[in-house]
Amino acid sequence: MAVTDVRPRPAAAPRPSPVPPPRRGFLAHVDAKWSPYLFIAPFFVIFAIFGLFPLAYTGWVSLHEWDLGGAGAFIGLDNYADLFGDPDFWNAVVNTLGMLVLATVPQLLLAMVLASLLNQKLRGLTFLRMGVVLPIVTSVAAVGIVFSQIFDRDAGMVNGILGLFDVAPVDWRADKWSSWTAIATMVNWRWTGYNALIYLAAMQSVPRELYEAATVDGASKVRQFRSITVPMIRPAVVFTVIVSTIAGMQLFTEPLIFGQGGFAISGGSLRQFQTLSMYMFEKAFREFDYGYGSAVAWMIFLLITLLAVVNFLVARRGN
Amino acid sequence: MAVRPRRTVLAALVATALAATAACGGGTDSASGKTTLVVKTFSQFGYDGLYQEYEAAHPGITIKEENIGKLGDYLPKLQQWMAAGKGAGDVVALEEGILSQFTAKPDQFVNLLDHGAGELKPNFLEWKWKQASTPDGSKVIGLGTDVGAQGMCYRTDLFAKAGLPTDREAVGALWTTWDDYLATGRRFTDAGTGAKFFDTSGGVYQNILMQQGDHTYYDTSNKLVIDSNPGVRKAWDQTVALVGAGLSANIDQYSPQWNAGFKNGAFATIPCPSWMLGTIEKQSGPENKGKWDVARVPGDGAVRGGSFLAVPGQSTHQAEAAELVEFLTSAKGQTAAFKAKNNFPSSPQAIDDPAVRDFTNAYFNDAPVGRIFGDSAKALKPVYLGPDNTPIGDRVANALTAVEQGKLSPDEAWAKAVDDAKRLVK
Repeated sequence: MAVTDVRPRPAAAPRPSPVPPPRRGFLAHVDAKWSPYLFIAPFFVIFAIFGLFPLAYTGWVSLHEWDLGGAGAFIGLDNYADLFGDPDFWNAVVNTLGMLVLATVPQLLLAMVLASLLNQKLRGLTFLRMGVVLPIVTSVAAVGIVFSQIFDRDAGMVNGILGLFDVAPVDWRADKWSSWTAIATMVNWRWTGYNALIYLAAMQSVPRELYEAATVDGASKVRQFRSITVPMIRPAVVFTVIVSTIAGMQLFTEPLIFGQGGFAISGGSLRQFQTLSMYMFEKAFREFDYGYGSAVAWMIFLLITLLAVVNFLVARRGN
Repeated sequence: MAVRPRRTVLAALVATALAATAACGGGTDSASGKTTLVVKTFSQFGYDGLYQEYEAAHPGITIKEENIGKLGDYLPKLQQWMAAGKGAGDVVALEEGILSQFTAKPDQFVNLLDHGAGELKPNFLEWKWKQASTPDGSKVIGLGTDVGAQGMCYRTDLFAKAGLPTDREAVGALWTTWDDYLATGRRFTDAGTGAKFFDTSGGVYQNILMQQGDHTYYDTSNKLVIDSNPGVRKAWDQTVALVGAGLSANIDQYSPQWNAGFKNGAFATIPCPSWMLGTIEKQSGPENKGKWDVARVPGDGAVRGGSFLAVPGQSTHQAEAAELVEFLTSAKGQTAAFKAKNNFPSSPQAIDDPAVRDFTNAYFNDAPVGRIFGDSAKALKPVYLGPDNTPIGDRVANALTAVEQGKLSPDEAWAKAVDDAKRLVK
C-alpha cells in the first residue's frame, strides 16, 4: 500500500533523550489510560444525578408512607400490595396500553407510507419533507386545546361532519373508545411526520441497485416496498417502535387537556382516559401521597422495561 | 413519536424539585428599603383599588398580588408552600372548603390575636369568626373576607323566549323549593328554546347540599358520614331528578365549553354564589350585558364558598402582613371588594352599610344584588366541612357527570361515589 503510516514522523532531529523521564511517563500513562473516561464522564455524571439518583430515590420513597410532611414509617412493599388491588391503577394500565396501540400502530404504518411517497421524485420535495415535520414544532398544549375543540360534543368539527351523514353526535369524553380515539388522533397527528422522516432517512441509504435489479426482475412497486424497503429499514422500525412505546407509556398532556374542569386529572367521569402518568400525578400531587405515587412511577418504569424487552426479543427473532 | 427523555418516569422527583425551585421568592426587601408584601390569591378578590389606597397610606410598603385563576390549581400549591415552609409569601387566601386542614395545624400560621385582631371580632359574622379559629378560641389563623351568599342567575332573554316571567321577583316566586325549580325547568324545556335549563349537575348539587343542615360528608368529629347523612342523599336524589328531566347542559364548570356557554346562551340558569357574578360578567362579555339577572335561590339560603386571609408563619414581615390583612378584611375593605367583584361581605357592618345594601349591578339588569345576597346571607347557617371535603366533592361530581352521560344508573353512580370516598379516606 502507498500509505503505510499516517502518523507524523518521529521528527527529523532525534529527541535529546530517547528514554523519557519516569515522571513524564507516569503522566502520559495516566493521560492515555484515564482521560477517555474523563471525556465521557459529563454524560455519566449528569445521568447519575438526573437519571439514576431520582430513579433510586423514587424507589426508596415508594417503600415509605410519605406525605407532604416528609418521610413516614418504612412500610416495605405495602404500597405495591395496595397498588395491585387498586382498580383505578389497573384501569389506568388498560387505558394507557389501549391508547398506546391506537396511537402507535396506525402512526407507524402511515409514517411508512408517507416516507415511501416522499422517497419518490416529486415536485417541491423539500417543501413537502419540511411540511410533514411541522406538527412536532407545534406546542403539545396547543395541539391538545385545538383537538379538544375539534372533538367537542356540542360544537366540535368532527360531530359537525358526522351530522352531515346523519350520524348522532358523539359524546367523545363519555366512552373509552371515543376518548381513546380522540387522544390517539392528537398523538398520531403530532408524531407521524417525525417517524416518516426517520424512515425516509433509512430508505435513502438503501442501495439503488437493489431496486434496479428488482425492476429488471419484474417486481412491482408494492412488491419492492415489501421485499426490499421494509427489511432494509428494519433497524429504523425497531427504533421507532421502542421510542413510541416509551412515549406512549408516559402519555400525559394530551389526555389532561382533553379532560375538563377542576378535576381533569381524573381523566373523565369514570376515568375513561386516565393514563398511568395522570394517575401517578393525581396520587402524588393532588393527594400528596408521595409514597403511593412513587410506587405508580416505578410500575410505569417496569412496564416500559418489559415492553422494551418484548420489542427487542421480537425484533431479534425476526432477524 | 419523539425521543422524550426517559426521565419522565421519575417525574415525581423532578417535579418536586421544580416545585421547590418555583416556590422560592417571598417578600424580600428591595434595594430601596421598601417592604414588599406578597399576597397569594385565587379567582378574583377585587383588591386592586385597596392595594393602591394602602400603598398610598403606607409609603414603605409595596404590595404584590400573585393570583392563580382556578381554586383547584391553587389548593395543591398552597399545601406545598405550607409544607415546604417557603413560597407562601406574606398573605394567603384560604377557602372554606380546605380550612379545617389548616385550623388543625394552627402553628403554620401567625396567630392574628397576637396582632390585635381580638378587637375586630364584632366586625365579623360570628360563625365566620369561629370557622378560622381553633376550637378553644385561643388562636385565630384567618380573618373572613367574603361569604358565598347564594342567588340564582338567569337569562331574561331565554326566559322571555320560553314564555316565562322575566321580572326577578316573579322569577323568584317560581321556585320556592327545588321541586318548583324542576317544574319550571320542565316548562322551560317544553318551550323548545334550544338552551338547557342549567349548566351542570355539579353546581346545582353543591348548592342543594349546602342547604342540608350543619355538616355534609363529615360529622364534626371528622368521621366520614357520606352514606349515613340523609342530607347528602337528599341532595343527590334531588339533583338526579333534575338531570333525569333532561335539564342539564352537562358542561363542566370552568371548562372552555362552560365559558363559551355564557356567551352563546347554552343554559338559562346557574346557581350563582355572590363571588361567581364576576366570572359570569367576564365570560358573557359586554355583548350580553343586561341579559343576565339575579333572583333568589330555591330552598333556604345557603353558604357556598367564601374565604379568609391568613399570614403564614413563614412570612418575614408578619406584623406588616397582619396589618394589611386587617385592612383588607375591614368593613370598608369588604365593601370595596364587593363593589369591585361582588364578593359578598362577611362583616355585619358592611352588609348593613347602605353602600352594600343599596348596591345594584349594572351588568345584571341593575339587579339589587346587595339586597338579594344580604337577605340570603342573613339566612345563612354555617356548614362544617371536613378535611377531604374537596376531593370527595370532586368524586361525587364525577359520579353525577357519569349519570348525565348515561354511563351509570343513579344507583350505580351513588354506590361508586360512596365507594370512592371511602377508598380516599381509608
